[in-house]
Amino acid sequence: MDSCRHCCTKIDGLTVHLGGNIVLDKVDLHVNCGEVVGVVGPNGAGKTTLLRALLGEIPYRGKISFQVSGAVSIRPKIGYVPQKLQFDIGSPISVQDLVVSAISCRPVWAGVSRELSKKAKDILSVFSAETLLNRRIGELSGGELQRVLLAVAMTSNPELLLLDEPASGVDVKGLSLFYQIVRGLKQRHDISVVLVTHDLAGIATYVDRMILLNRSVVAQGKPEEVLLNEKLVMAFGPSLWNISCLPLLLSEGEDKIDNH
Amino acid sequence: MRNALLAVILVTPLFALLGTMVVNKRMVFFTDVLGHSALTGIAIGVLLGFSDPTLPMIILAVALAVSINLLKNVTRADMDTILGVLFAFIVALGIVILSRQGGFVKYTSYLIGDILAVTPKQTGWFFLIAAVVLVYWYVLGNAMILACVNPSLARSRKVNTFLIETGFAILLAVVVTVSIRLVGILIIGSLLVLPAAASRNFARNIHAYTMWAMAISIFSGVAGLIASYYWGTASGATIVLIAAGCYVVSALFAAQK
Repeated sequence: MDSCRHCCTKIDGLTVHLGGNIVLDKVDLHVNCGEVVGVVGPNGAGKTTLLRALLGEIPYRGKISFQVSGAVSIRPKIGYVPQKLQFDIGSPISVQDLVVSAISCRPVWAGVSRELSKKAKDILSVFSAETLLNRRIGELSGGELQRVLLAVAMTSNPELLLLDEPASGVDVKGLSLFYQIVRGLKQRHDISVVLVTHDLAGIATYVDRMILLNRSVVAQGKPEEVLLNEKLVMAFGPSLWNISCLPLLLSEGEDKIDNH
Repeated sequence: MRNALLAVILVTPLFALLGTMVVNKRMVFFTDVLGHSALTGIAIGVLLGFSDPTLPMIILAVALAVSINLLKNVTRADMDTILGVLFAFIVALGIVILSRQGGFVKYTSYLIGDILAVTPKQTGWFFLIAAVVLVYWYVLGNAMILACVNPSLARSRKVNTFLIETGFAILLAVVVTVSIRLVGILIIGSLLVLPAAASRNFARNIHAYTMWAMAISIFSGVAGLIASYYWGTASGATIVLIAAGCYVVSALFAAQK
């Protein structure tokens, strides 16, 4: 287990019981500031449960804390990018409505001032989404929506950013842009990023550390190391990823190791 | 007529505001259950000897609204089925109690409502309720949008989605119940849904959505009241017909785009 550098989010002994079953069992995970951690695992491994526990939506045992220079603080301030939206896509909620709702108490139904509109546009521009300001969120493509939701998540200046299946419904170009923006964020804001995904291609290229979760942390390390772990490939089988991309990933991993 | 006009001008914007969220959150059936619970509320009032059944109507509707919201949050039950069962039960119970010894005909006025019978005291209550809804909407409007888009996203930003939804359900229960005398149990849900549904065909953001819904609601209310006066028809139903006409126009507009 990596120890904390100058700051980190610490998850110690996280255990979740749901309906009499142990869904997560003593999960220990330290995510340093400025680190992107990718969490993968088969269906039912507890990935979503881990996110829900981090969000404080379900009861759990164990401790989740944010530590700065050795001093333990309270729960980390969390920014959350959901996998999907639970709303009627015909709803007339614009991107500006969503961003302004997150940054201002002045109700958007009463009208958005020019100043707030400009502020929303400035926020969106960091995420290559300023042109989406007046679009309805139901009209956005998967990639555009992810960038807007990332912009909204970052408005609360989070210490821990949670990304739930960002690859879902996003094309390759959109996903590449999304991951690049996340990398840029972690460098600029020095935040911890936990990314739950099935997208191993994305993980291999963009995350600093990869966690294989199956109720507890089965393995962790650099993506190329974890992806080349034969036992884990055998243990998790094709359900873990699209098997067709595996040879490519393995060869990429070998190249990286050779280069080292 | 003056009281009726004042009541319409106070109530229709409220319906528009609440309706925007009812339509966004797909709570139309929920609203119908609340409206129809008035029958049982009246029945309980009659059994307990209330001369004005408004209070038991409000208490029952609020209790139902809070219970349904609680159920929705603590279970994964299919709410559509639960609401369907509740709807059937609550309507049947009210009709059974009120129809004892053939007495149901006394209560048919609640089914279609009568705006012209509104009193200055009732108008005062509408004013108070309108003020409460407006303050709620002003203070929590943005949090409601976040909760509507994704509850987990809202909760990650310290929004208490359960309290917000419960507050909204209570306001909805109160507004629906006190307005039943005006528009009637049968069509109260339509008056909530139609302005917001029509507005969605024009609006591309929340501000336009709310303003269009208010404009359509007030226009339908005033035009319906005047039309019903000259035609000698039930005001509530006439208002709903005009609102339905607005919806058709908006749908044609949307289809042309």
